[in-house]
Amino acid sequence: KPVSLPLHPKTRVAVMSGQSSGCGFLMSVVVHGDSTLNEQEKELNQRLRRLYPAVNESETPLPRSWSPKDKFSYIGLSQNNLRVHYKGHGKTPKDAASVRATHPIPAACGVYYFEVKIISKGRDGYMGIGLSAQGVNMNRLPGWDKHSYGYHGDDGHSFCSSGTGQPYGPTFTTGDVIGCCVNLINNTCFYTKNGHSLGRKKSNDWPNLYPTVGLQTPGEVVDANFGQHPFVFDIEDYMREWRTKIQAQIDRFPIGEREGEWQSMIQKMVASYLVHHSYCATAEAFAKTTDQAVHEELASIKNRQKIQKLVLSGRMGEAIETTQQLYPNLLERNPDLLFMLKVRQFIEMVNGTDSEVRCLGGRSPKSQDSYPGSPRSFSSPSHKASSSQPYLTGFDSSCCNGVTSNKSHSSSPHSHKACPPSSGSTLISSDISVNGSRQQPLTSDVDMEVDHFTNGVTESSSNGFLNGTSKHATEPDDCDADMEVESAQSKRQLCGGSQAAIERMIHFGRELQSMSEHLRRECGKNSANKKMLKDAFSLLAYSDPWNSPVGYQLDSIQREPVCSTLNSAILETHNLPKQPPLAQAVGQAAQCLAIMARSGSGSCAFASVDDYLH
Amino acid sequence: MACLLEAPLRISVLSEVTATSRHYVDRLFDPDPQKVLQGVIDMKNAVIGNNKQKANLIVLGAVPRLLYLLQQSSSGLDLRTECAVVLGSLAMGTENNIKSLVDCHIIPALLQGLLSPELIFIEACLRCLRTVFISPVTPVQLLYTDPTVIPHLMSLLSSSQKTQEYITQIFSHCCKTSDHQTVLFNHSAVQHIAPLLISPSYKVRMQALKCFSVLAYENTQVSMTLVNVLVDGEPLSQVFVRMMQRDQPVEMQLTAAKCLTFMCRAGAIQTEESCIVLKTLPCLVRMCSKDHLLEERVDGAETLAYLIEPDVELQRIASTTDHLVAMLADYFKYPSSVSAITDIKRLDHDLKHAHELRQAAFKLYASLGSNDEDIRKKITDTENMMDRIVSGLSESSIKVRLAAVRCLHSLSRSVQQLRTSFHDHAVWKPLMKLLQNAPDDVLIMASSTLCNLLLEFSPSKEPILESGVIELLCSLTQSDSPALRINGIWALMNMAFQADQKVKVEIVGCLGTEQLFRLLSDPDNSVLMKTLGLLRNLLSTRPHIDQIMSSHGKQIMQAVTLILEAEQSIEVKEQTLCILANIADGNTAKDLIMTNDDMLQKIKYYMSHSSVKLQLAATFCISNLIWNEEDGSQERQDKLRELGFVDVLHKLSQASDPNLSDRAKTAMQQYLA
Repeated sequence: KPVSLPLHPKTRVAVMSGQSSGCGFLMSVVVHGDSTLNEQEKELNQRLRRLYPAVNESETPLPRSWSPKDKFSYIGLSQNNLRVHYKGHGKTPKDAASVRATHPIPAACGVYYFEVKIISKGRDGYMGIGLSAQGVNMNRLPGWDKHSYGYHGDDGHSFCSSGTGQPYGPTFTTGDVIGCCVNLINNTCFYTKNGHSLGRKKSNDWPNLYPTVGLQTPGEVVDANFGQHPFVFDIEDYMREWRTKIQAQIDRFPIGEREGEWQSMIQKMVASYLVHHSYCATAEAFAKTTDQAVHEELASIKNRQKIQKLVLSGRMGEAIETTQQLYPNLLERNPDLLFMLKVRQFIEMVNGTDSEVRCLGGRSPKSQDSYPGSPRSFSSPSHKASSSQPYLTGFDSSCCNGVTSNKSHSSSPHSHKACPPSSGSTLISSDISVNGSRQQPLTSDVDMEVDHFTNGVTESSSNGFLNGTSKHATEPDDCDADMEVESAQSKRQLCGGSQAAIERMIHFGRELQSMSEHLRRECGKNSANKKMLKDAFSLLAYSDPWNSPVGYQLDSIQREPVCSTLNSAILETHNLPKQPPLAQAVGQAAQCLAIMARSGSGSCAFASVDDYLH
Repeated sequence: MACLLEAPLRISVLSEVTATSRHYVDRLFDPDPQKVLQGVIDMKNAVIGNNKQKANLIVLGAVPRLLYLLQQSSSGLDLRTECAVVLGSLAMGTENNIKSLVDCHIIPALLQGLLSPELIFIEACLRCLRTVFISPVTPVQLLYTDPTVIPHLMSLLSSSQKTQEYITQIFSHCCKTSDHQTVLFNHSAVQHIAPLLISPSYKVRMQALKCFSVLAYENTQVSMTLVNVLVDGEPLSQVFVRMMQRDQPVEMQLTAAKCLTFMCRAGAIQTEESCIVLKTLPCLVRMCSKDHLLEERVDGAETLAYLIEPDVELQRIASTTDHLVAMLADYFKYPSSVSAITDIKRLDHDLKHAHELRQAAFKLYASLGSNDEDIRKKITDTENMMDRIVSGLSESSIKVRLAAVRCLHSLSRSVQQLRTSFHDHAVWKPLMKLLQNAPDDVLIMASSTLCNLLLEFSPSKEPILESGVIELLCSLTQSDSPALRINGIWALMNMAFQADQKVKVEIVGCLGTEQLFRLLSDPDNSVLMKTLGLLRNLLSTRPHIDQIMSSHGKQIMQAVTLILEAEQSIEVKEQTLCILANIADGNTAKDLIMTNDDMLQKIKYYMSHSSVKLQLAATFCISNLIWNEEDGSQERQDKLRELGFVDVLHKLSQASDPNLSDRAKTAMQQYLA
C-alpha cells in the first residue's frame, strides 16, 4: 500500500527541535537620532532575514558594515562604516590598503552577496573588491595573498591568492556598481558589474571569508551595500535557482532497492508517533491497515490521552489529580515536574480555565478555552480534509466517558442529532473535559456531541474514528465563529470574574510559594523554577494580564510543553521512549542542518526542515 | 544461416498481424451499433503504442470508416468520441500515418466536429487535430482555408483547460507567416490567449507563451499591442519576466525570453529597459551555458544573436556577461572525443546537434562583433577562432557556411583584424571558394566580406586579385539581386582605389562599357553611386585618366552628360562632377571637356547651383582646366574667360562658404600668374 500521510506535528516539533531562525537580534543596536537611519536598519534586517533565513545570527552574525578595527591605517571609514576612502600617499603598490567586514560570511547563507559602488576612482582607480580570510595582510589589495580573492578595476583582472591576475572581466570606474557573490554550495564565486554577472570562477575552498575592499591611490572612494539597499544584481533570482536545485536533489534522493524497507520504516514512525501522543483510535486504525503491532496497551494509551486532554484544555487541577491517581508516585518522584504542573495550574486559574476556579466562577471564560494548538495534532493523518480544521474531537470521548458506554451509535453517523444525553453525571464531567475547547458547556447540543463521540470511540475503534472525522468535517467553522463572537463581546476577566475564584487563586499562589521554598530547601536552587514562578506571579501585576508583557503565558499554546513533559515522564515510567522516533528524526534533521552550517556546507541554507512539515 | 530460418517466420507473423487488423476493421461495419462501439474501443486499446498496428489499420482502410462514423449524427456521442480518440492515436504514429490521415480529409471532418455541443467530443477532436497539425508534414494552410474556423477556435478557448492547451498548441505551430499572424491577431488572439498565461495548468501556460512568441516575431503591430496588455492587472512584459525566473522550467524561461526579444526587435520595448537589459539578455546568456541541453543552447544563442544585432550597448553588455565569448567556444567541441568513446547514443545526439551548435555560435559571434572593435578582438583572440571560421566556410552544411561567413563579415569590419588575423589565416581562400556556385544568401554575405578584404590597406588584396576575382565580381554586377550588384560594384570600386593601371584596364575590359552604362542607369541608387565611385577611382592619376579616356572617352562623356541632365540626387550629381574634375586633370582628356561647349555650359550652371557641394565640385573642375603649369593653359583660360567663367569665379570668391570662396580665389589666381 502506498503511504502518503500528511503529518502535522508542527507545533510540537518546533518545541522539541528548538530550531530557530533567530534573526531578530540587532546585535549592535546603535541608537541613531536619525529616523531614516533606523528605517535603513530595519530594511537591512528585513532583507538579510529574507535572503539568509537559515543563518542563526546569534552564532554567526552577518556582515553589516566594514570593521573599523580590521583595516589598514590608510583606510578611512565614514557613513556608519559603509563608505571607504583612501588616505595614504598612493605612490607604489606598497601603499595599498584594505578593510574587511565586521564578520565572515556564514556558510548557512548558501549563497552570499554584497555590492560596492565606486563613488570615485580617485587618481588611478586601483581598486579591488573581493574576499579574504581573517589575518590576511591588510597592506595589500584583495587577491594578492593566500586566502584572498579580488576583482580589480584598473585592468578587470581577477586575482586568486596570487600577485598576478588572470583576465576576467571589464575594467570598472566611477559610477559602476560591482558585486561579489559567493556560492558556498558548489564553492564558486562570481562578480557582477552594474547588475550583470561576469562569469563563474572556481575555487577550492571558502572558509570563513570576509567581504573585503582594497584601495591604492588618493581620492578613491567606495560605498558598500550589505543589504542596506536593494541590490542592482538580482541575487534573489540566483538564489531561487539554487533553492530549486537543492530541493530537487532532496526530492529525488535515491532509495533504490530499499523502497519496501523505507515504507515500513515510515509506517512505524507514524504509528509510534500516534501512540506517543495517545491518538489511540487513529493509532489503532493505522496499525491495523498497515499491519503493525502496537507496543503499548490500549488502556494505557487512553489514560495518557485523558491526562493530556485535561492539560491541553487547561484543567490542570484535574490533570494533576488524575495523574496521581493513575500513576501513583510519579509526581512524588518528580517534584520539579509537579511544581511545573502547579505553576501551570496557577496560570490557568488566572486564566479562569482551571476547574477549581471554574466551579466558582459564574460563567466560563470563553475565548481562553479554545485551543488552537491542538487541532492539528488531533487531526487524523489519513483524512486530508481534516488537516486544516481547528478541531477534530474524534477521541475526546475516551477521556470523558472512559471506556464504558452504554450505547452504540457508531453505525449511525447521524446520531449527532438524535441522541439524547444518556449517561447522567458522567456526562457532566465528560462535557467539561471534552469541551475544554468548546464554548457552551451544558447545552444540549454539546451533550449530544459528547454522547456521540463517546459512542464512536468506545463502541469500536474500527469505525468510531471514521465517524468522528467524517461527521465533524463541517463543524469547526461553527466553533470558530462562536468563539470569536464571544471574545469580542465580553472582556476577559481575572479568574473568570468571580471573587471567590480570585480568592482561591490567591490562596493557591501562597501554597505555590511555600512549595517553591520547600523545594529549594530540599533540592537546592533551581533558576528555571524560580523564573517560572516569578513569571506566573507577574501576571497579577497587570490589570489586563492577557495584554501584558507576560500575557503569553496565558496563551493555550503554552500548555503544550507542559503536556509534552508530563507525557514523556509517564512514558518513561513505562520504559517507553520520551520522544517519538518521528520527532527525533525531525530533531536530528534540524541538528544535521545546524552541523552543516557550522562545518561550512552551504546547501543547508535551502533545506529547511520546516519546508517539509506542512 | 539464422536469417534463412527467420525469414519465413517473419512473414507468417506479419500475415497474422494483418489478419487480426482486418478483424478490427471488419467490426467497424457491424450492423449492431453497440458492437461497433466495442470494436472501436478494442481498436483503441490495440493501437496504443503500436506503430505497426496503426500502419496496418490505415492500409486496411479503417480511416474513412472511422471518419464516417465520426461524422454520422446517428452515431452516439460515445462512438463519435471513441472514433476521434482512435484517429488521434493513429496520428501519433509515423509521418506516413499523418499523410494518410490528411489525404483522407481528416482535418475538415474534425473541424466540423468542433461544432458539436458536447465538450468531450470537441476535446477528442481537438486532441487529434493538435497531433495532426504539429506534424511537419501537414500543410499549415489547412487551418486557414475555412474562415470560420479561427473565430470558432477562439470561442472554444474558454471551454476547458484541454481545449486551451490543444488550441494554443495548434496556433503556435500553424502561425508561420505574417499573414497567419494577421489572421490570428484580427480574431483577437492576443485578448483570448493572454489570460491563459496565468492558467493553473503548466501546459496551458507554456503553449500560450509559445503562441505569443510566434505572434510577436517580426510583427510590430502585435508587439505594440502586447506591451499594453494587462493580465490580472499586471503588464504582459512583467508576466514574461516572471516566467524567466531561474526557478522556472528552462523551456518556459527560454520562450518568455523569446517573446521579449521579439517585442524588443519589433520596436515595442526599448533596449535599455530593465526587462531587456537586466532580465532577457542575462537569461539568454545563461541558456548558452554548458548546464543546458544542446537544443536549448542553440535556441538561446540564436535568440540572443537576434536580440543584440542592432544595438551596440547590448553587444557590449553581452560580451562581458558570464564570459559569453569563451563560453561559445565550447559550441565547437561537439561531438567531443569523450562522447565518441563512452556511448554511441551520446555520439549520435552530439553529431545531430553539432552543425546547429556551430552555426548558432557563428551567428552570435557575428552579432557580438558587428560594431565594437574591442569585442572583435576578443572574438579573434578566442582559441582557434579563425581556424574555426575558415573550416566553417567550407562545411557541408549550408547553414554553417552562411553563419561562418556572417561571422567573418562582422569581423572584417575591423581594420586591425584585416591586417592581422585575416591575413595570417588566409581567409580569402575559402571565401573565394565559397563564392563559386553558392546560393544567393551566402553569396551576398561572402561578397560583402570580400569588399572589406579588398580595401587598400588589406594585405589580402593582392592574393585575391591574383585569384581571378575581377571576373567573378563583374558577373555579380549582372545579378538580379540588387544586394549582389552593390557588393560586386563596391568590391570593384575598392579594388580600383589607387590600383595599378593593369588592374584598372582589366576591370574596364572585363566589365565592359556596356555593362558600365547599364549600371549607371541602375534602378538602385546605391548601385549607381558605387558605379560612379568606381569611375572616379579608375580616373585617377594623370596617365590613367588619359589612357582610359582615350579608349572610352566618348562613352564616358555621354554617360556624364546623361546623368547631369537627368533628375538625380545631389550626391549622384556631385560624384559625377567629381568624375568630370578628374577628367579635367588629364593631359589629353581635358580636351574632351574643352571641345564640348555644352558640357562647359553645364559646369557653369552647377557653379551657380544652390547646393554648395555641387558648386565646389564644378569649381574644382574649372580650376583643373585653367591650371597654369600645363600645356595650353593660356588658351583654355582665354576660352573660359570668353564664356564668362571669370565673372562667375569672381562672384564665388565672395561666397559665404569659406571652402568655396577659397577654391574660387585659387582658380582666379591662375589668371593673374
